[in-house]
Formats: sequence, C-alpha cells, structure tokens
Amino acid sequence: MDAYAPQKKERVFGDVVLSVDDISLSFGGVQALANISFGVREHQVLAIIGPNGAGKSSMLNVINGFYHPQQGTITYKGETRRQMKPHQAARQGVARTFQNIALFKGMSTLDNIMTGRNTMMHRNLLWQALHVGPARKEELEHREFVENIIDFLEIEHIRKTPVGRLPYGLQKRVELGRALAAQPELLLLDEPMAGMNLEEKEDMSRFILDVNDEFGTTIVLIEHDMGVVMDISDHVVVLDYGRKLADGSPDEVRSNQEVIDAYLGVAHD
Amino acid sequence: MRGSRPAIREKDFGIWQTWNWAQTEKEIRALACGLAAYGFERGDRLAIIGDNRPQLYWAMVAAQYDGGVPVPVYQDSVAEEMQYVLEHADARFAIAEDQEQVDKLLEIKDRCPRLEHIIYKDQRGMRDYNHPFIHYIEDVQEKGRQYDAEHPGYAEGKVNEGKGSDIAIMLYTSGTTGKPKGVMLSHDNLIITARNGAIQEGLTENEEALAYLPMAWVGDNLFSLSQAYVAGFCVSCPESSETVLTDLREIGPTYFFAPPRIFENILTTVTIRMEDAAPFKQRMFKYFMELAKRVGTRILDGEQVSFMDRLRYMAGNILIYAPLKNVLGFSRFRVAYTAGEAIGPEIFDFYRSLGINIKQLYGSTEASVLITTQPNGEVRPDTVGKPCLDVDIRIEDNGEVMFKSPGVFVGYYKNEEATAETKTSDGWVHTGDAGFFDADGHLKIIDRAKDVGKLTDGSMFAPKYLENKLKFFPFVKEAVAFGNEKDYVATFINIDLEAVGNWAERRNLPYSGYTDLADRDDVYDLVQECIEKVNVDLAADEHLSGSQIRRFLILHKELDADDGELTRTRKVRRNFIADRYQELIDALYSDKSHIRVEAEVTFEDGRKGMIKADVKIREAAMTTVQPMKEAG
Repeated sequence: MDAYAPQKKERVFGDVVLSVDDISLSFGGVQALANISFGVREHQVLAIIGPNGAGKSSMLNVINGFYHPQQGTITYKGETRRQMKPHQAARQGVARTFQNIALFKGMSTLDNIMTGRNTMMHRNLLWQALHVGPARKEELEHREFVENIIDFLEIEHIRKTPVGRLPYGLQKRVELGRALAAQPELLLLDEPMAGMNLEEKEDMSRFILDVNDEFGTTIVLIEHDMGVVMDISDHVVVLDYGRKLADGSPDEVRSNQEVIDAYLGVAHD
Repeated sequence: MRGSRPAIREKDFGIWQTWNWAQTEKEIRALACGLAAYGFERGDRLAIIGDNRPQLYWAMVAAQYDGGVPVPVYQDSVAEEMQYVLEHADARFAIAEDQEQVDKLLEIKDRCPRLEHIIYKDQRGMRDYNHPFIHYIEDVQEKGRQYDAEHPGYAEGKVNEGKGSDIAIMLYTSGTTGKPKGVMLSHDNLIITARNGAIQEGLTENEEALAYLPMAWVGDNLFSLSQAYVAGFCVSCPESSETVLTDLREIGPTYFFAPPRIFENILTTVTIRMEDAAPFKQRMFKYFMELAKRVGTRILDGEQVSFMDRLRYMAGNILIYAPLKNVLGFSRFRVAYTAGEAIGPEIFDFYRSLGINIKQLYGSTEASVLITTQPNGEVRPDTVGKPCLDVDIRIEDNGEVMFKSPGVFVGYYKNEEATAETKTSDGWVHTGDAGFFDADGHLKIIDRAKDVGKLTDGSMFAPKYLENKLKFFPFVKEAVAFGNEKDYVATFINIDLEAVGNWAERRNLPYSGYTDLADRDDVYDLVQECIEKVNVDLAADEHLSGSQIRRFLILHKELDADDGELTRTRKVRRNFIADRYQELIDALYSDKSHIRVEAEVTFEDGRKGMIKADVKIREAAMTTVQPMKEAG
C-alpha cells in the first residue's frame, strides 16, 4: 500500500504445539487419511486445503478427538495420544466451528456464545438453577467475557436475536464467537467462509487475523477460497484423496507442480 | 451545581456507561491539555471523524477549550471527500474513532501536508501502527494531566482568553451543488440559539436525548452538544449504528430529533409487522388507529372532543397506543422534531394521533439550525411553523425566504465570494427556499427557489413538491422529476426495496435484488398506480394541474451518496443526476418504451463496478382538469 501502512512485524512463532504423526483413518474400506504428518507451531495460522473428499474435515475431527484414527499419534502440548474424547480436547483448550453451522437455532446470540463458557462454569446444576450468590457472580463474570467477544466481533445489534433468524454470514460469526468464548489455545475452523460473499469473507478474514493477533491463538482452518488461504495463512497443508501432497508456506505450495496439477490449476501470474 | 448529574452515556459491552458532569469536565480538561502538549494552538483546527462517541464530543469541547476549532467530518465519507475537507480546513490534528477511519486518514495524509497528528479512540487492530504521529486518546489525556500539573493556570488561562465571537465550530455543508462549504459558527451563534430553543420548548436538565445523527451535521451539534450544555441534560450514545432502535427503546428519550425518513422507516416497520400479527390483533389495531386518526390529534392539540371518544381513546391508550409507543421507545417524548425534508401528512398524523408531540422545524446550518418551529397546539403537516425566538423572516419578491437571527453564521471559510452571495451586509441570509406565510402566520416552504421552473406551456413546475408527493407512498423511496422548459413532466423512481420486497413476498414473486425487482411489470403497475393518484391530486390544484406526470421509469439502481447522486444527508443532487442519466432523460422525452443502460457504481471501499440493465418506460394516465365554476 502506501508509505503509512502499519509496519507489519515479522511473524514470530513458538514451538510446535500440535504435531500429527503418521495418522491413518479408514471407514470400512474407504481410506480417509493415509499416513498424514504435519506440525502446527504456536501462533501460526495453518490452512488445510484440498479438493472435496480429500479428508480435510476428517483431519479436523481427528484433531479434536471426534474420530479415532486406526494408526498414528497426535501430540498436543507435549502430550501424546491416540484416542481422546471431544470434551477432553475442549478442556485442553481446543475449540472448533463446523462446516454446517451447529448453533442452537432458537436461542439468542448471547445465549449461544454463553454456552461456549460451559466448560469453565464450576457451580453445579442446583446452584445454577437457583441463580443466587456464587452462581450469579460466576455468571456475571462469564457474561462480561462474552460481551467482550460480542464487541470484538461487532455483533452488538444481534445480541438478543434468535440465531435461526440471522443470515448465514452472521451465524458463522456467532459460531466463531462461541468457539472464542472457550478461550481456546488452538482454534479449528471448518470452512469459516463457505457460502459468504466477498464482503463477508473480508470481514471474516479480518476477524480471524485479529483473533490470531490479539489473543495469540493458534488456528487451523479449512478453506476453499485460495485467495483467502494464500492471504491469511502462514503455512499450508495440501491433502488429496487422504494423502498429503504438499506442506509449506503459501508461496511454496502455490509453485508446487503436484498441487497445481491436482487442485489449483494453471497459475495465472 | 450539577456535577453529580449524568452528562453523557454510551452503551459499551452491553451496559450503559455513564459519565457525570464533573467527570466530563475532567476528561475534557485532560484532553485539552493533552492536545496543547502536542502543540495544538489557538485557532488550530481539529478534524473529528467517527460515530457519536462521548470521547469525540469531548474532543470537540477540548478543541474549543484551547481556543481551537473542531471540524467534524461525515464518518461515511470516502477518502477523497475527507481529503477535501481536511485540506480546505487546514486541519493540523485529527481524531478518529477506529482503525477504519485512521486508515482513511493515512491514505490521504500525503495529500494533506498540514495534518500533523492523528489520535484514535479505539485500540482494536491498532497494535502495529507505531508511527510517531499516531496517538491513543488515553495516552494523550495522560500526557495532558501531566502537562496540566506542570503548567498550573494554563487551562484556566485558555478558557478566559476565549470570546463569544470566536469561531466555535466549522461544519461542511453537504451542498446540493458543488464542493462543500465550511460554515463557521461562533460560540455566540451556538449558545444563544441553543438557549433560545431551550426557552421556547422549556427544556430542563431532566431531558433525555439520544445522539445518533452524524456529528458533522449542525443539528446534532445543537441538540446533542450545545443544548445539552446549556440546559444540562444527559445525552446517550448508541452502541452502534445498527442498534439505534433498541437503544432508543432502552433510553426512552424525552427530547428527540429525527429526519422524516426515520419516522417513515419506523412506520413502515410497524405496518409490516402488524400485517404478520394475529387477525384479532390486526382488527383491534385497525379499530383503534382509526379512532386515533379521528380524535387523537385533536386531543393532543387540546381541542374539544366528545366524552365517549375520550373514553374510547383512553381504552385505546391502554390496549394499543401506550404499548406501541413503548416498543418504539417513544413513551416519554415531550418534544420530537423533524426537519430537513417535507414529511408525509399520513406519517405525521400517525404519530400525532398516538399522542406524540412531533413538530416540524425549519432550519439551516447557516442559522445554527433554528429558523422556524411549530408552537405547541399549532402543529400542521403542511407548514414549518412560526419564526423562533429572536428570528426575523422576510419574503423576497421572487418568493425566496430570508432570515436574520442571533444564529446567523460568521461566514464560509476561505470563501468570501460565497459568503457575500448568501449573507447581505446587514445580516440577512438567503435560504434559497421559496415559500410564503399563510393566513395564520405560518411559513410554508414549496421548493428550492432556483428549482421552481416552468413547462413550455407556461404552467408552474415545482419538482420537489412532486417528488415529495411521490415519496409519501411507501413503495417509492426516491423520485426525481424533470420538466423545466420541457413539454411535460417525467420522473425517475427508486422503489423502496423493503416495502416492495415485502409486497412481492406476499404475492410469491421471487426476485434476486433491487435491479430485478425494479424491472418487473407488476412493480411498474404498482408505481403507476401511485403516480396516477398524484396526478389526481395535482389536477385539483389550480396552480399545479399542468405539471401532472406523463412518463416515468424505475431506475435500475438505487441512488446512492457514494456515487454522488445524493448528498450525505440523502438529498437528491438534481444537476448531477441530470448529467449522469442524460440518456435516460432523453428517452423519457422520446417515444421509446425502453432503453439500455450501463452505469458505474462505487462500492464503500472505493472500488468501482458496472451495472447493465434494460430500463422500461411507461406512460401514466393524466387526469383532465375539471373546469371550475367561478365561485360567486
């Protein structure tokens, strides 16, 4: 841009926080993932790309413990595991959004995001139901945190609107809000921009980068829009029919012949 | 005195955060000293860009504190418009609300060599902006507090240096023609006008107001700042521009200003929502609204109404009126003003019949707003009322309205010529509006004096009058009428996407967007019906029967301020449109039944695109004038 654009600092990443080693996953005779390995470093934005059926969503499901791979291990924050339950992943600071929005349609934006705080509420059901004393105090603290997220994502105007009535782009934003409410260290986004128009995509990209920047959250995302992927990610993993085709910086991946053949098509520049 | 009373509120993080007058004074003083610490001097200009925020209002007063001049800029201006204002005003300092506005300022900084410091209010996304000339507002205030401590007496001294005749603010008028002009208003202009207005309406420190209109507009300055400071009432800033209606309901203002468009939008929403209500509720609503129409306005004006009707109205109040007003946030209105454009009589009467004291006001930036208002009990939809306190009005021979008041502006900045054209040497100001006083001494405005023209057959043509009549139909959002020195009148129509879209949905007509909807024959029929009704009305008026609308077309795109077709306050820029759509106008005055067009549109981020469409042209039936019998 011009001379006064903000001076981007050199992106600094920490150690490898999530490492996927030799993962294979099959459903009956269908091999969804075959010997996949890659690592995600702290504060990185990593994109997984690939054609439909490449195994991208399966990969995310393996990471957050929803699918159990037949082979291979996942090391998250130094802890190696083969199998984990999604709620354990959640407690370890992994949050995600879904390809098909999975919100409570009849509940308001505010309530939906509040559910993201669920793992952090300590009072038991009885206290919560009575809604007095410590339970009330706890809820106020969580509400305050959620209000920060609402402010961050600029969704004040739909705070009290039932989510089912919102347009798609906003629902996606609410879903991101709910994932953020869990204060994740690792955020998994499954096609955060699918079905959005250009303006909504720009907004969403900005929010993702802001999350990464302000909270230092490590992000793994699946996306089809190559423009977006190349712009916002630090590292790209390319899958094709369960195999890993390439793994590198956006520029490396863009110029990889195998990737071009399988997925990108001819480079236009 | 009022130190502990609330001065300003802002909804942030879902909660109304309040500052009382004592805190407000401290914040302003810190900011004023902070500005001084960075070298802001007497007479310097501070550009202010953003939505209504307490900090930005403080910045306005802080600049005045230092003897400087705040220059609020419309927050949705694109970079070029902003550059013009900043450059013309020689702003050395600018305060911006957030990253978006800072980015615009950075984009134009090279072209505004005098701009030295940029202050921002919202830290979000600003982490990497580490230029030495960009400052966070709280850091500026902190620096100000130090400066204040190190320079005792500085702040007091600065305030005492100020005089009533100093320039208090510079407002750039959107201008229906040419480049914006910087209207300079003095402290005396603002304070005396604000005080006169407050006396007239009996404003007290107990009023509640909502500051939601652009800060760059003179009205916001008078209602949300000058009058709040003079009368001492509390002003609330909404959470965001999208939440205004919710915030309105929560605050329940007693003193409110809205342009007719907002009242129209609210009424449209109410009507649409009532159509979705249960049949019983619909019937009840209809019954009581008819009752209100019959007696509501008369009750509000204190006229005689039969006991039974009063009783029914009371029942209606419990069942319909009060709940409705509550939902809208209108329950506590003591005074609600509307101005800027003519308001539809049905809309006006709707609100008044509910017992809402909505009144018309006539004003201009050059008058520090107030010229005429409607006194309580003398409110009519078709006049703008009587001269305000201390305002003199006279009508020129050509019908132009001129005024003289304590609010008369000092001059246009760096534009002696325009000042001399607008303001006479003895202080009378040309409004450019044509109007006359009716029998009761109320001023009636018909059109811009220069826009009133004649058809080739000599009959009078007042475009705005026709356009307003058309715009009173909910389906018509904008209209532009042509006819000066032509054989007949023809119009462009912009349909109202919300109202027509809803109408289409009810009829199961699928559509993909404005352009698609605007092209439908059904929609053309709908608009034709509206135009023919206007023609019937016009035929009844002996002066205007000649200016019935013969041909019309529905524009393929919505008129937009970003494309320069409307001003930022959404007034039609007639000459610009006439130039840009010359082809379409030629087609209206030919016998073509459709025309192919391509138009360039500017998106909000400054990119440009093209729209192509085939625009149809229709003829509307004209009503023959009934020969009137000479009244004996």
